Amino acid sequence: MDMQVAKKKLGLKERYAVMTRGLDWTPSYQKMEDIYPYIAYEGIKIHDWDKWEDPFRLTMDAYWKYQAEKERKLYAIIDAFAQNNGHLNVTDARYLNTVKLFISGISPLEYVAHRGFAHAGRQFPGPGPRVACLMQSLDEIRHAQTQVHAISNYNKYYNGMHDFHHAHDRVWFLSVPKSFFDDAITAGPFEFMVSIGFSFEYVLTNLLFVPFVSGAAYNGDMGTMTFGFSAQSDEARHMTLGLEVIKFILQQDPANVPIVQRWIDKWTWRGYRVLTLVAMMMDYMLPKRTMSWKEAWEVYFEENGGALFKDLARYGIKMPDCAAQIALEKDHLSHQAWSTFYNYAAAANFHTWMPDEDEMAWLSSKYPESYDKYYRPRMEYWREEAAKGNRFYNKTLPMLCQTCQIPMIFTEPGDPTKLCYREVDYKGDKYHFCSDHCKKIFEDEPEKYVQAWLPVHQIYQGNCFPEGTDPTVEGFDPLAAVLKYYNLEFGRDNLDFEVSEDRKNFAEWRGQATKNV
Amino acid sequence: MAVAAVKQYEFASADTVDKFHGAQLLYIGWEDHLMFCAPFAFPFPPSMPFGDIVAGVLPGAFGYHPDFAKIDWSKAEWLKSGKPWQPDAAKSLADNGLKHKDVIRFRTPGLTGIKGSFS
Repeated sequence: MDMQVAKKKLGLKERYAVMTRGLDWTPSYQKMEDIYPYIAYEGIKIHDWDKWEDPFRLTMDAYWKYQAEKERKLYAIIDAFAQNNGHLNVTDARYLNTVKLFISGISPLEYVAHRGFAHAGRQFPGPGPRVACLMQSLDEIRHAQTQVHAISNYNKYYNGMHDFHHAHDRVWFLSVPKSFFDDAITAGPFEFMVSIGFSFEYVLTNLLFVPFVSGAAYNGDMGTMTFGFSAQSDEARHMTLGLEVIKFILQQDPANVPIVQRWIDKWTWRGYRVLTLVAMMMDYMLPKRTMSWKEAWEVYFEENGGALFKDLARYGIKMPDCAAQIALEKDHLSHQAWSTFYNYAAAANFHTWMPDEDEMAWLSSKYPESYDKYYRPRMEYWREEAAKGNRFYNKTLPMLCQTCQIPMIFTEPGDPTKLCYREVDYKGDKYHFCSDHCKKIFEDEPEKYVQAWLPVHQIYQGNCFPEGTDPTVEGFDPLAAVLKYYNLEFGRDNLDFEVSEDRKNFAEWRGQATKNV
Repeated sequence: MAVAAVKQYEFASADTVDKFHGAQLLYIGWEDHLMFCAPFAFPFPPSMPFGDIVAGVLPGAFGYHPDFAKIDWSKAEWLKSGKPWQPDAAKSLADNGLKHKDVIRFRTPGLTGIKGSFS
């Protein structure tokens, strides 16, 4: 009989080495460039893939174990939330519009991030980054799923969330986050890693997830808060991966530095423009505020990001130039954004409203340089008109920026009284931009951005009506046709919060839970 | 600069004039009135007289603003691509030199929005 000898268990470091290194072989009858066709054309030079260090040293078996544990906890809480009518515990029914913005604007990006990291991972010849990309790809699809599951509880009771993915691909303002990610996944694998892995996950992620998750916590939304916490350890890993990617690329060859700097400049600005939605969410949509957009930008970008770029200086990387303009916009961004959604409340999948007196006082105190001077007068006017039954609904379509696809709502840096107009002539046509930075991004790669699917232009081309619509018949109502194409119902999913079914239902249901009716 | 690509990378612009069913796009902004969050985009036939825009289109787009009724159009100052420009109301858009995706703005001296806030 053979003696069973207990095998010595491998240590963490050895396990990691065994499971992530030496997995490749040198091909003999296929060329390397055929196997990895996208690795050279961006101009990034990598000499030694084994220099890649994964600070987490996470292996696949451990990954499954950790994630399964988190899933069990998350779904237990989501179930409890659903069974206890947790949706009635949020501060105020206006809060629900934050959830609508999240599910239609952000969750679909998690899914695209899943595809992006799967694609990038496949393209890297080094096993270290490939394994890291694989795990992040799985994280991202898990985040998409858990967000859909957590928010589906709200969809049972409230409007505007019923077809979020359909909306993401069609609704005018959702082309902003959608085109941002489409831009990233259609870049090469290195630019994708710098755009999403570094610029978004490392530099800007705190400005996306912290406001939504702490906003959820402050406003009694246990479901959203829980998936935020469940994603938190993943996000920490993604941030580390993003930083590792940058350092690895920069150390491999000095010729990589200017390419990476251009990508960081581009993607910091692109990401910041998407965060316009977060800015207005923080300052206007959360019934109970956590901090102002301006404060968040100062803490998470100016302080933390400032330290990061100081650290990267030794690799030859500097703070993106756009930071100077962003600093000038921080007093204005959220007010300009909320005004925009108030204008176009008839064409969105969530409700808007004017802040009440207390909220205006909060805005004045957080924005002493700008709110009373430039924004309070228009908001008070809108509020008075709405009280008279003359609520402002802007029915004329806006001019959009060719790059970020946001309506041209932004003012000149340093002059909040003048809209910023920039334009470029390219191959016989004009292209318009909200800023010098969006213009520069276009000029660097015009062939890419001339293809932009700008919702306003698409509507005028007749591409945003349900099939079979005849826009030439008498009395044709373009807004009604576009809402049908969006799969949104006029008077239920759109318009002002004051007249919404959400408001009425929430008040009634909460009344049943707390009073004797 | 050009886009980095693995092979020839050339695609048609999504918004060339041939795609707008005989119309061309014109963008119009009203200076100092940011209550309208952005300039507007309109599809107009190039044969349309410029005066029809002022008389027939702008009231629907900008009329909500209390300043709109106070505009003295003879004093309005026009900009095209940011430079001073003088339209002829009787002439068509094409004869006014307006091409697809041109951007024009008008300033109405003395009118500076709600309580002078440029709103």
